[in-house]
Parts: sequence; C-alpha cells; structure tokens
Amino acid sequence: MGYPLSMRLWRGDRDGGALQDFTVEVEEGEVVLDAIHRVQATQAGDLAVRWNCKAGKCGSCSAEINGRSRLMCMTRLSDFGHEDVITVTPLRAFPVVRDLVTDVSYNYVKARELPAFAPTPPDADGKRRMMQQDVERGQEFRKCIECFLCQNTCHVIRDHEENKPAFAGPRFFLRYAELDMHPLDTHDRRELAQSAAGIGLCNITKCCTEVCPENIKITDNAIIPMKERVVDRKYDPLVWLGTKIRRRDDRTEL
Amino acid sequence: MATGVFGPERASVEARTLRPDRWWLPPLTTFVVFAAFIVYSTWRAFSGDDYYAAPYISPFYSPCLTDNCVEGSNDFGSPIGWWGLSPALIILIFPLGFRLSCYYYRKAYYRAFWLSPPACSVAEPHSKYTGETRFPLIFQNIHRWFLYAAAVVALILTYDVVLAFRDENEDWGHMGLGTVILLANVVLIWLYTLSCHSCRHVIGGRLRNFSRHPVRYKAWTLVSRLNRNHPQWAWLSLFSVALADFYVYLLATGAFDDPRFF
Repeated sequence: MGYPLSMRLWRGDRDGGALQDFTVEVEEGEVVLDAIHRVQATQAGDLAVRWNCKAGKCGSCSAEINGRSRLMCMTRLSDFGHEDVITVTPLRAFPVVRDLVTDVSYNYVKARELPAFAPTPPDADGKRRMMQQDVERGQEFRKCIECFLCQNTCHVIRDHEENKPAFAGPRFFLRYAELDMHPLDTHDRRELAQSAAGIGLCNITKCCTEVCPENIKITDNAIIPMKERVVDRKYDPLVWLGTKIRRRDDRTEL
Repeated sequence: MATGVFGPERASVEARTLRPDRWWLPPLTTFVVFAAFIVYSTWRAFSGDDYYAAPYISPFYSPCLTDNCVEGSNDFGSPIGWWGLSPALIILIFPLGFRLSCYYYRKAYYRAFWLSPPACSVAEPHSKYTGETRFPLIFQNIHRWFLYAAAVVALILTYDVVLAFRDENEDWGHMGLGTVILLANVVLIWLYTLSCHSCRHVIGGRLRNFSRHPVRYKAWTLVSRLNRNHPQWAWLSLFSVALADFYVYLLATGAFDDPRFF
C-alpha cells in the first residue's frame, strides 16, 4: 500500500539554502533514499545526492535524517509514522557542495597523515604469521565502511571548525587502534595518536558509537584503549619506571 | 564570526538541531539523579554521625581511621588519629576520584552538566573547546590510579560484609537485612570496579600480542564481558552505596530495627 510522504529536503549551496517541502508517493518497505530518488525523478531533477550501493556497504549516502547522522539507504520509512515529516539535510560538519552533497575531503587529508602499516620482516620461509586471537581483535575495526557519520557527529569538529587541523576524528582513532594492536606493526602510534591526531580533544561522549551503521564499538574498543595506551606512555610513572630500569621500551615484548 | 554548524561553509540551517525526539530527557535525568546524589552524599559525608550500627558500618565511612570514629567502627585502628573533621572525607576522595575520572561518568556529566554536547548532533553552547588536553581535565588521565585505590576500598568493604555475619556481640552466625544490603552493595561495587575500562586495559588490553599471553588474554575476555555493561554497574552501584548508607543511618538513629534472618 502506497502513501504520500511529506519530506523537507535541504537545497542550496555555500551561498545559501533552505529546507524545501515535497510530498512524494512511497511504498511499504522502501527506504529514505528511495523516496529521494522519486523526488529527483518526478519533481526536482537537479537535486544533488551522492549514493552508490544502496546496501549499506559503500558509505556514500550519509546524510542527516531528522537531525541524526544516518545512511539514507539503511533508514527504513517504516521507522516513521505515515503522518511524520522526514527532514533530510547534508552532513552539517563538512562544507556543503550542493543540496545533499558535502565535501568530505577533510577525512582523506586525515587518512594521509596516518602512517601506513609497517610490518616486521617475514619469517625465513617468506611468510608472516599471526595467531587467530590476534587476527580476530582487529576484525571489528575493519568493518568500517568510511561513511564518516562518526566524523560528522563528533562535536569536536562539528561544533568547532578550528579543531579540524589538530584532530583526526573517531574514524582514524579506529585505524590508530587497529594498527597499534597489530602484533606485526612496527610503529609506536601512541605518540602520533596524541600529538598528530589529537586524541586528547576527545571527551568520549560516545556519539560516534551511537551513529555507526556497522555497530563498531568505536569508543569502548578503539578510542578508550588508545587513550589508555597514551597514558601508558606519558602519564603512568610505574610504566615509565619499568622502561627505565629495563632500559628498553617494552612494546616489542607485548 | 559564526562557527561550527553555523559556519560559512556549512549548509545554512538556523536550528541548533533538527532532532524532533526528546533528546534532552537522558541528560536531564542524569543531571537530576547525579545532583541528588551529590546533595545526599555531601550531607552524609560532612555530618560525621550515624554511620555505625553494630555490626554494620556505612560504606561512606569505611575504613574509619581517625580518633573521632564511633566506638567499634575502626577495625583498622586510628592511623590518622589527628584528623578532626568527618572521617568520611579521608576515604570518600578515592571512590569519588574513581567515579569522577571514570570513562562512563565522564560521558554522562560532560553531556548533562557541561552540555558538551548535550546530545548527539545537538550543537553545544560553548564557543571554545579544548577537550581533555589542558588543566584541569588533563588529570582525567590518572583514572587508573584511582582504580587501584578504589580496589583497595572495595576489598575493605568486602571485609565489612564478612564482619556483618557477626552479631553486635561479635558472635558469628548472624544475618540481617543489613547484611544482605551490604553484600548486594559490595557485589555491585566489584562489578563496577572490575568492569572499568582502565582495568580492562591493565589486565590485558595493553598487549599487542594476545597469543603470547594466554592467561592475560583470558582475563581480558572476562573483563571485556563485564565492561559491556559498565554504565549499568555505574548506576546500580551508585544507588546501592547510597541505599546502604541510608540503611545504616536509619539503624543508627533508631528509626528502624534490623530484621534478622538468623
């Protein structure tokens, strides 16, 4: 059974814009992206919207739906009442390009600042080996689809543009954690996480975890462990004393 | 110049948030409950009275280490005998510091008291933000030291529960409603303490190589299981510690008689 859905879509660019009202016929079982495509096909042919897989795996159709950071393709219309008005805006933490499309290049700049995986030399037979429990630890982090919803909702940059140069954001703390927990990685990423990535700016209010469409426990499993690793290195006199007495950083033994 | 979501490059939307749900309810609830606990615990900590009703001692006052402790309440002697204020003030600083620097409580009070942010995707009112990089919030990094101190306090509270199986004449084989309340309280306090993120890190999280440390890996998986419910233990133990103290207060003031099971 179809029904008319009331929507408010943000339209405009950096010079200005506003929410515009649309009413579009939708069907049971559809998602927000379907409704937007129908608006585009029937009422606003020049509506700009970024999308690709329609399966929640490419991370392209990130937007704010009723003020919350969500993937348009994974937000079911059945989550709302037939009388509800659905408001869709572009991501509000990044510069708008046009309509529902934003410039997320900040995230690619931050990705380039993060040193790549630097593994130990291979074993004598030319292979590198890891035990299963060490492999499993990083699996959760590799579910990230880079939709940047966590980056968008993080108030450190969302509400404070001036923090962008100093702060990498939750998506990249995930990557720092994944590599710092990797038994074959040779970098010590604790210093970088604090200085270059600005993990001290995070006040662990967990919005990144709340919006993650892959249900990655970003705060509990990546950010807090990285903060604790920074504490190991910088704020824990017992660990410091241990490294002085043994005259080596115990990272290689861990 | 406008910044944040109102910055010149962002999509121009006048509202601080477009969320139609009651996003303000969780921070408001946290604010009211925490504020009530602060008022109650401040009153009880400074009162210096009605904290011992043999064989029960209030968790706010254990261990009682000063000369002005009520007779029978100082199981560990009076090593800080010169202290003239309420004996609770010496002890409470450790569990208080543990909870203030706790990763869950930080989230809760940053949202509820400092509105930084009040809720996800709701613009915060502050024009500047430096997170936990400067004084005083940089001291949140010493959470693990409070963990160690809080673990010692939890051990002492466990000892108090053992003593609560003695009656007022110090004969074993007693159990009253107070014993049950103190026991439930100490179980919740241990669950909260052991599920702490710093505990999870110290136990095994700091390792890079789980396979080389199978025992620590096993311990880490157990603590990780507890850690999933850390906020729940934080709330329940907050209520239980207040309830245990209030129960002892009722007994000490004679407002209530402890029902005895055996």
